[in-house]
Amino acid sequence: MDLLDRLEAESLHILRETMACSRQPVLMYSIGKDSSVLLHLARKAFAPAPLPMPLLHVDTGWKFREMIAFRDRVAAAPDVRMLVHVNEDGVRQGIGPISHGASVHVDVMKVQALKQALEQHGFDAAIGGARRDEEKSRAKERIFSLRNAQQRWDPRQQRPELWNVYNTRIAPGESLRVFPLSNWTELDVWRYIRREGIEVVPLYFAALRPVVERDGALIMVDDARLPLRPGEQPMRKRVRFRSLGCYPLTVASESAADTLDAIIAEMQTSRRSERAGRVLDATAGTSLEQKKREGHF
Amino acid sequence: MAAPASPDLLRLITCGSVDDGKSTLIGRLMADTGAVPEDVLEQLARDSQRFGTQGAALDYALLLDGLEAEREQGITIDVAYRYFATPARAFIIADCPGHEQYTRNMATGASTADLAVVLVDAGKGLLRQTRRHSYICALMGIREVILAVNKMDRVDYAAARFEAIAREYATLAARLGITRVTAIPLAAVHGDNLVQRSARMPWYHGPSLLEALHAAQPQVEATAAAAPLCLPVQWVNRPHAEFRGYCGTLAAGRIGVGDAVGVWPAGLRATVARVLDAGRDVAQAAAGAAVTVTLAEDFDIARGDVIAAASAPPEIADQFACHLLWMGEAPLLPGRPYALRLGSASALAQVTEIRHKIDVDTQEAVPARTLRLNEVGYCQLSLDHALAFAPYAHNRTLGGFVLIDRISNASVGAGMIDFALRRAGNIHWQHVDVDRAARAAQNGQRPRCLWFTGLSGSGKSTLANAVEKRLFALGHRTYLLDGDNVRHGLNRDLGFTAEDRVENIRRVAEVARLMVDAGLIVLVAFISPFRAERRMARERFGADEFVEVFVDAPLAVCEARDVKGLYAKARAGELRNFTGVDSPYEPPEAPELHLLSAEGALDVMVEQVVRRALAD
Repeated sequence: MDLLDRLEAESLHILRETMACSRQPVLMYSIGKDSSVLLHLARKAFAPAPLPMPLLHVDTGWKFREMIAFRDRVAAAPDVRMLVHVNEDGVRQGIGPISHGASVHVDVMKVQALKQALEQHGFDAAIGGARRDEEKSRAKERIFSLRNAQQRWDPRQQRPELWNVYNTRIAPGESLRVFPLSNWTELDVWRYIRREGIEVVPLYFAALRPVVERDGALIMVDDARLPLRPGEQPMRKRVRFRSLGCYPLTVASESAADTLDAIIAEMQTSRRSERAGRVLDATAGTSLEQKKREGHF
Repeated sequence: MAAPASPDLLRLITCGSVDDGKSTLIGRLMADTGAVPEDVLEQLARDSQRFGTQGAALDYALLLDGLEAEREQGITIDVAYRYFATPARAFIIADCPGHEQYTRNMATGASTADLAVVLVDAGKGLLRQTRRHSYICALMGIREVILAVNKMDRVDYAAARFEAIAREYATLAARLGITRVTAIPLAAVHGDNLVQRSARMPWYHGPSLLEALHAAQPQVEATAAAAPLCLPVQWVNRPHAEFRGYCGTLAAGRIGVGDAVGVWPAGLRATVARVLDAGRDVAQAAAGAAVTVTLAEDFDIARGDVIAAASAPPEIADQFACHLLWMGEAPLLPGRPYALRLGSASALAQVTEIRHKIDVDTQEAVPARTLRLNEVGYCQLSLDHALAFAPYAHNRTLGGFVLIDRISNASVGAGMIDFALRRAGNIHWQHVDVDRAARAAQNGQRPRCLWFTGLSGSGKSTLANAVEKRLFALGHRTYLLDGDNVRHGLNRDLGFTAEDRVENIRRVAEVARLMVDAGLIVLVAFISPFRAERRMARERFGADEFVEVFVDAPLAVCEARDVKGLYAKARAGELRNFTGVDSPYEPPEAPELHLLSAEGALDVMVEQVVRRALAD
């Protein structure tokens, strides 16, 4: 078997194990390329049965318009049951990345919202698309990762995982986060998307888009949610996104890669990491690890 | 443009002692193959200033240490997985810490590895830890090692030094059953023989590390591909009445439409009707694929069953000899039931004997009564039902298992099955015509086990005694097993350590079960301090046969009574492992009866127990 066949088989095994050993699993859907791959794998794992679990999108209210349109297309598929959760408390308080900064926004609208949604539905296994090659603290994350009743992660109390035998036992109130794409790299994900013909949000492909340059980063002017600073004038540049998070926390990069082949070729010569375009990660050395302890994916 | 072929995959583990330069080696290997992006290197430069141990130079260890605690303490706690690739091959490195106490992590990393890179400092030669790491790799089934003799620059690139180390390691490897060793002289810090062959060691004609990694054969996959079919059923897919598919990952061999197969442990014969590989119908699928198969026959097959070639059935047994690596913070308790996961099958398992433990540095056998964290033992394991299995050396999936503590749910043991023990297989239950129902009817009562648990001095024996008198007066056939009395006879050989307490309860539970089988109402008055053992006792009985009576009195009251003077001795340090003083009591969470013995009147409590004992 070649690399992609092996990665695919491992992911199917993990998805089926989750299905066999949990009471109420859910597939976390974040609209990005990894979610697209995860959904494709889940369909394969359980075929010919329809998807046996719902999808959950935690909507921060600050996704690009193209992302929401894409999500709604996915949700319209006959086998998909898409749950969308918004932290209404946060909406009432008017929390947003521009008014409150990236850290507060992500905490309230993403981490707290996620915890609310999981608790409200009583999910005991939440399947996510995180990969170990994304970031240092992820490299040490288990495939079946335990969360306590407060949904916190304790990196020092992780269960050893040998072979493909997973310990799925949990006490009441505890839950599992499951990561079928743990062993995939960003390049594997794109090659698989090409091989399988998986649809992704068009923002990944280069096109002329209105952007402003702020603190050395290109921010796309998606709509009126981004207040322009004095003297800022949107310019049209050929840009694409490597990673899609909250607008305007996700930085665009100049690129001419408008096909899958071009994206893959660009990646093989790229010297920037995938999460470099996420503002949250750069604020403190261990920021993602802290967020993970608090319940982030 | 045609898509280029996808590379294949090699999984490896890197082991080395703290200062062997392992992180430098991995960091450079990744950097030199383009796997470390610029912004990560910039972050590394910032981190090196703040936490680094290499002065002004880049500290590659920081690139690899992921967790906050690790960075602050400058150590690696946990296994990390690293990824890099060349056009021909992708690599997953399980990067394991070199600290002695983390044997557990090394076993985890080795369990999925095809090959191990063992680092040795050329200046220091083979260390205790080199032997330890090589032993664990061999134990986990790795047969191919690349011996990276690092820091050759410190020994002036001397061929003689390299050759002496390589020779010594070859002897060790042969003894451990490692069949293929490639020794490479390196200076990772300068990149010598890492990616390209070094001009500084013209006497060396072998491959660079990266070349050797390309030349290695993915061993796990090759072994599985050549073996007969083995498919553990992971999940049954039943979307509607017309489709019943068995999902699982092919642990070995091939499966094709029309194949004659057996389903184990039931021993059913069947024919494969359809094979779906990742959702698509195919004629055949090979080891490693995650398939769904349907059978022509309409059998009721469940998760944990194994579909195997009709001509090559797996072994079926409920007792094994195995190597067991202990990973729990609390030591192994022989006799305590743990949850076992083997492939997709589950069972309850107890260690019935530790034949010896193995000193991982010298590989000598040492006598042992228990296993502590990071110790390896050769054990006998007994399951509550028979499973299909294969020796670990033949099949990692059907031969490797994990033990889980049933209360904390922690993964506490990793086992590698050696062979089945035939003992249980040969001792069949003798069929008898007078069965338990007949004996119960003759006695005119419902046989039961009344299990009294509580602290010493809580009033268990007094209460049990009074209950027995009352039952006897009512014409019932009873027997009272009292902790102290049993310890004078049946359990005379047992002390009060945690291991002996477990065995104490196991024997009493067995005796009580035989007596219930004989039609008696059995009263057991034992402190029985651990939940796990009371649960084990309960599981030996039918649903309504076991009545747990929690005789609950505050410790202060029991201690004030101190009928036998034991608390005084324990407080004085003359008595070790005394429950409530220096050994814990875990109160029942859901007893059938909870009696506050310090407050209630004895005759009232007796009536409560008797009523429960005689209830329909």
